[in-house]
Amino acid sequence: MAQRIKLFLLNNGPLLTTITIFILVYFVGGRLYPAMQKPQVFFNLFINTASLLIVSIGMTFVIITKGIDLSVAGMIALTSAASAALLANGASPAMVIPLMLLMGVVFGFTLGCIIHFLKVEPFIVTLMGLFFARGMAYIITLEALPIQDLTYRFLALTKIPIPFFAKAYVYIPSLIGPLLLLVVIYLSFFTRFGRTVYAIGNNEQSARLMGLAVGRTKIIVYTFSGFCSALAGIVWSISLLSGYGGYAPGMELDAIASVVIGGTLLTGGVGNVVGTLFGVLINGTIVSILQFNGTLSSWWTRIGVGLLTLIFIGIQSLFYMRKKHS
Amino acid sequence: MKNNAPLLKRIRENRLFWPLVALALILIFDAIFAPGFFKIGILDGHLFGNLIDVLNNSAPLMLVAIGMTLVIATGGVDLSVGAVIAISAAMGAVLINPALGNKLITNDILTKDATNTPLWLIVLVDLAAGTLCGLWNGLLVSRGKIQPMVATLILMVAGRGIAQLITNGQIMTIYYTPYFYFGNGFILGLPVSIYIVAVVFLFAWVLVRKTSIGLFIESVGVNAKATYYSGISEKNIKLFVYTFCGFCAAIAGLILSSYVHSADGNNNGLNYELDAILAVVIGGTLMTGGRFSLFASVIGALIIWTFTITMYTFGVPANALLAGRAVLVLVVILLYSDYARRFLNRIVDRKGSQHGTTN
Repeated sequence: MAQRIKLFLLNNGPLLTTITIFILVYFVGGRLYPAMQKPQVFFNLFINTASLLIVSIGMTFVIITKGIDLSVAGMIALTSAASAALLANGASPAMVIPLMLLMGVVFGFTLGCIIHFLKVEPFIVTLMGLFFARGMAYIITLEALPIQDLTYRFLALTKIPIPFFAKAYVYIPSLIGPLLLLVVIYLSFFTRFGRTVYAIGNNEQSARLMGLAVGRTKIIVYTFSGFCSALAGIVWSISLLSGYGGYAPGMELDAIASVVIGGTLLTGGVGNVVGTLFGVLINGTIVSILQFNGTLSSWWTRIGVGLLTLIFIGIQSLFYMRKKHS
Repeated sequence: MKNNAPLLKRIRENRLFWPLVALALILIFDAIFAPGFFKIGILDGHLFGNLIDVLNNSAPLMLVAIGMTLVIATGGVDLSVGAVIAISAAMGAVLINPALGNKLITNDILTKDATNTPLWLIVLVDLAAGTLCGLWNGLLVSRGKIQPMVATLILMVAGRGIAQLITNGQIMTIYYTPYFYFGNGFILGLPVSIYIVAVVFLFAWVLVRKTSIGLFIESVGVNAKATYYSGISEKNIKLFVYTFCGFCAAIAGLILSSYVHSADGNNNGLNYELDAILAVVIGGTLMTGGRFSLFASVIGALIIWTFTITMYTFGVPANALLAGRAVLVLVVILLYSDYARRFLNRIVDRKGSQHGTTN
């Protein structure tokens, strides 16, 4: 029994550490600022990090295959700018939303194909994607375009009450992330595709020799990330009700940091999409603690996230060293 | 014809060939569509014109690219250079006017052409701050055994926060004239920054080509474990390259803040890490490490800025330029891919397939 517990701890150590750190950070915040103990503050985390969560979920798959996707924030900006421009010209949301998702899919598919067929580092290709998406967004509009569409307004302002918690609510877009998470948990743990993703990350050569569809899976992973970032872009434009090429600056880094804090290794093959959820929540918690404090300035968020990444990497490497020895 | 082919092939396989071709293509494009691009005049005793602009603007990127080349040659990557640039710029601005941020001060103190710290000390502290950042990265990578991308990601995220912390979150404008010399001064008609680049380049070149350090760096990039077993301290090599990269970024920060007359934690050296990696990749150094060429990376930086200034002369707005840069990256990717090379070789040689070119 003791052996079993030990094994369980070693196998799920990083995930448990992330959850512990999240509870710890939240608890400390609650002690410092009693207002943070309100349930609404917890649900605000989901409202504030809706886009980041979606993007990070897509990023987790990419990072598990040993790749990286720097284009996500650019795609958010492009989606928001493009949908704002389309809506301003009288297109209906029923057409705009599928079109944006299609754009994300095509974009991700193209990047995936370049990475796979031309054998270029994902870093460089997705960097190109970042430049391209942001540049295109600026070509569409040089300043922020407001969205006046009624459907978007309805989606943005409808509150969904949370059962069992009085007066607690979330908005419709903040539900997309958690729903997507459920889908992705199924995909990564219960399907052939998910296992192939892990196999590629562990050793691409072996995966290919085993006859797994390496190329197809890699392209699907980048396509999925493109889809996620377009989805995040829609969520972003709904919650801000405007579109602009400069939105979500540096969010690709926040996403990568969240994934890493969530216990996924950048060397590939190891990771868990549930951890990513908590990585994103930790990120959101730090931001809300700073907001509650009020006197601390925004740059402490960056320093805090940086320090946390450092701490977490330390813990992680400890776990993997243990695992190797046992 | 028989003698000609090997020579052509030799030129084609030289690592400087492709970067120079790319640079030449852009310049030819300019010569056809914007003849004014090459005009160089003399104003106030120094040269001016688009080409001089290219040199002056690309100087910080060249510096960072030199440092980045060595890091990438060891198989690593340094994502924190942009943040280090911001930290170095912030240090300079704060030392010139430490009163700012803490007290309410009148406008004339703020905009005074004076400094509270001697210039040599400012330069020294700037460089020390950057080198320290590099040392931190190096320690994390070599002693902490953290993957380079994550290790430098920490400073990349935290570094801009630190820069803002130093300047207390403000954009500090610099009014101290001698400080502007690094970014705006001229020696013998050419920008000072180019001389700085030349000195750093020469130093790095002598270091990696006239001593065995260059060989060690390449061997770490090819196989770190084998390097360790052959008795070379791969840890110290890694520590050195990251420290050197931080040092280069610090000089770049000095030049940049002096060029724009201000220090802004959020925007100084924005995207420089990406541009520098791009410059190195354009220069033909592989991201997986191994063989590298400092000069090719410098050419890479020149290509990026020649392209940028060209777009400016055509009146493309700075923000939309990003899309143009994406096209540049795409062309580079296509040009460097195995497919394209094999295809080109086949066209030129007519018998290329049995050569089995490997690069």
